[in-house]
Amino acid sequence: MADHLKKAGNKQVHPLDDMVRRDRMPHIWCPGCGIGTVFSACLTAIKSSGIDLDKVVMVSGIGCSGRAAGYTNLDSFHTTHGRAIPFATGVKLANPELKVIVFSGDGDLFAIGGNHFIHAARRNIDITVVCVNNLNYGMTGGQAAATTPEGSLTTTTPLGNPERPFNLPLLAYAAGAAYVARWTMLHIQDLTESIKEAMVKPGFAFIEALSPCPVNYGRRNKEKPLDTLTMYRDKTIIKNGASPLELDVDSRKSIILGKFVDIQKPTFFELYEKIYRPAE
Amino acid sequence: MDFWRVPLDIDAIQVPRGIVTIFEDRCKGCGYCITFCPRHVLNLASRFNVKGYHPPEVIRADDCVNCRFCEIICPEFAIYSTEASPDSPASVPCSCDTIKET
Repeated sequence: MADHLKKAGNKQVHPLDDMVRRDRMPHIWCPGCGIGTVFSACLTAIKSSGIDLDKVVMVSGIGCSGRAAGYTNLDSFHTTHGRAIPFATGVKLANPELKVIVFSGDGDLFAIGGNHFIHAARRNIDITVVCVNNLNYGMTGGQAAATTPEGSLTTTTPLGNPERPFNLPLLAYAAGAAYVARWTMLHIQDLTESIKEAMVKPGFAFIEALSPCPVNYGRRNKEKPLDTLTMYRDKTIIKNGASPLELDVDSRKSIILGKFVDIQKPTFFELYEKIYRPAE
Repeated sequence: MDFWRVPLDIDAIQVPRGIVTIFEDRCKGCGYCITFCPRHVLNLASRFNVKGYHPPEVIRADDCVNCRFCEIICPEFAIYSTEASPDSPASVPCSCDTIKET
């Protein structure tokens, strides 16, 4: 039997049980919610990247996905609404040895925390941001968010959403991120590889993970969780290096997935050291 | 496995076999592992777990090739697979564990 099958007493253990606070389980995420899958992909990526687990910090904000910080067995922080990236920036600058990963949702990162996101990307702070995008404000009852596609039904847009959503990879690219990728919670292996790659890469990395929200978004738009996953399988195109301009999420066309930006540029900390603490 | 033509090296290739372990009481019954299993190893059980959901059960244990997709797609950390020892004869069905935690 494989090595990871540890026997604690007479009990069998899931391979990721050492990364999770089992006493907090079961988690609050609804049946069919994709956050658990993205969370486990994230933990697998951290575990397989070979980084010392004492040097990994997970920061998350408010919302369903914000609970991840409390469920992981790593050093973690569950911050105030929208402020996951400022906390992560502070952690990284205070101790640059740490690998900081921000795990949060679209509402937290792009609605209330939108400004923090663009400025962290502009400064090229060396953190990894994983955004679980479920296309609405799931925890508060399914209101229209900054990422809700045009025409979608939500609690606050019962006749269809009149707004255009954010194109998150384009926003990250335009603000200056060094690594930008988008996957869905069904493309788990690609997502895990992407998170792993982003963690070891210096610079601001942004990974968007599309995820179903069966109870709020799915129910109002007549999508069962399995329908959403079938849509992820059938109506997505993997196109690495695609132009960020064509990456908008629109129900009338296919969603483009892949790794779009992967460039090397000096991080904020490197430039700061160069200017303010030059070598003698 | 069904092939359009029989591969020339079919005798040399050893298809791995997996053992699926299910933590029944952690399951919330989303059915992702059942739907997306490439070998249709799992099926929805008719019984309920402690939370009141139908957990998956292994119906074709011998078909499991240890791809671990059920393990990585499960949002609940409720299922995983390990590789069965390759020397176990194919005629002997792989055992599959269902674990009840209290």
